[in-house]
Amino acid sequence: MRKDSSARPRVPGLTALTLAAALWPAVAWAHVEQGRAEGFLAGLHHPISGLDHVLAMVAVGLWGAQLGAPAVWLLPVTFPMVMAFGGMLGLMGVPLPGVEAGVALSGILLGTAVLAEWRPPLRSAAAIVGFFAIFHGHAHGSELPAGASGLLYSIGFVTATGTLHAVGIGIGVIHRWGWGRVALRVAGAIVAAAGACFLWRAFA
Amino acid sequence: MKARPSCAALGGLAILLLPSTAHAHLVNTGLGPFYDGVSHFALTPEDLLPALAMALLAGQRGSRTGRLALFALAGAWLAGGLAGLALPTISSATALTTVSFLALGGLVAADARLRPEWVTGLALVLGFLHGYLNGAAMSQAKLGALGLVGIVSTLFVVVALAAAFVVSLRVPWARVAVRVAGSWIVAIGLLLLGWSFRAA
Repeated sequence: MRKDSSARPRVPGLTALTLAAALWPAVAWAHVEQGRAEGFLAGLHHPISGLDHVLAMVAVGLWGAQLGAPAVWLLPVTFPMVMAFGGMLGLMGVPLPGVEAGVALSGILLGTAVLAEWRPPLRSAAAIVGFFAIFHGHAHGSELPAGASGLLYSIGFVTATGTLHAVGIGIGVIHRWGWGRVALRVAGAIVAAAGACFLWRAFA
Repeated sequence: MKARPSCAALGGLAILLLPSTAHAHLVNTGLGPFYDGVSHFALTPEDLLPALAMALLAGQRGSRTGRLALFALAGAWLAGGLAGLALPTISSATALTTVSFLALGGLVAADARLRPEWVTGLALVLGFLHGYLNGAAMSQAKLGALGLVGIVSTLFVVVALAAAFVVSLRVPWARVAVRVAGSWIVAIGLLLLGWSFRAA
């Protein structure tokens, strides 16, 4: 005789959510020294700690998704590598003028590119993204505190940056629908407006 | 009707309760150093990431290159480890780790169309140098050759699985994801280079 599947006990959504919250590992940082470059988690947290960086990196993914292949993978490959180069310069103490303004301008330009669905040649798009990535990397590199595990920190840092691009690309999938294209352009406008605010703050 | 415990269930329970099977810390079995080697490789990104990058590079070039690189890497790692155990002069080299990240990550990101002999040669060099550092560090820690066997065994399994996975990829976006992983390894190498200058 077949059992009635509807009679099976189910885990309610609320119970599952509570269990997930109880198992969330962030509450169990028993011996981590907060705020220092102690390892992977600190590196993972650093790129998402500033809204100016987050918006620009997500915008790179959005723009790549709008441009389609091969830009959709070339831009997110370019950005982390050039950003890491900028981070290396920052770590080495090599000065770079106008870093905050450069970060803010990246938001304006990338947001405008998404808003206008700008389609420059592939090399130009990669060069624009790479140019601004240096400012983001330098800002991160010069902000990083001294710590014991540079390697684990770097792994977390790059993983977070790449994940932000992936989030942008994931959101950019809606570009295939008409309403999605409009939504992406609105998102670009928001990024550009936020970039203008950051630029204002940089010079205020 | 009440269910009765079967003989098989009772036998299984008795076996589970036998204390002699619970060699939790492997002191008696002598396998402690082996698992030290296993965990060392799995938890040391200085070794794990270059090996993974090598696996990705070999996998990008197909199954034949993957097989050649797998055996070359594992064999050279073992030979280098034995050399390090015998002549432990240096036990850490940040420069080697950084160069490994930059070179191998860059080749993976570029999807470099290297001939199988070149990939195998790279695997030999990488394996020997990293193996040497492992052996030298293990000599200082008095772990012995069994730890090295643990490292090389884990390396073999990890590289075989990663390379085979890349070989099996057919859809274009998945192969692009491999290149993105290579670019991440380059980025980590660049940051590591910056850290080393800052530390100096």
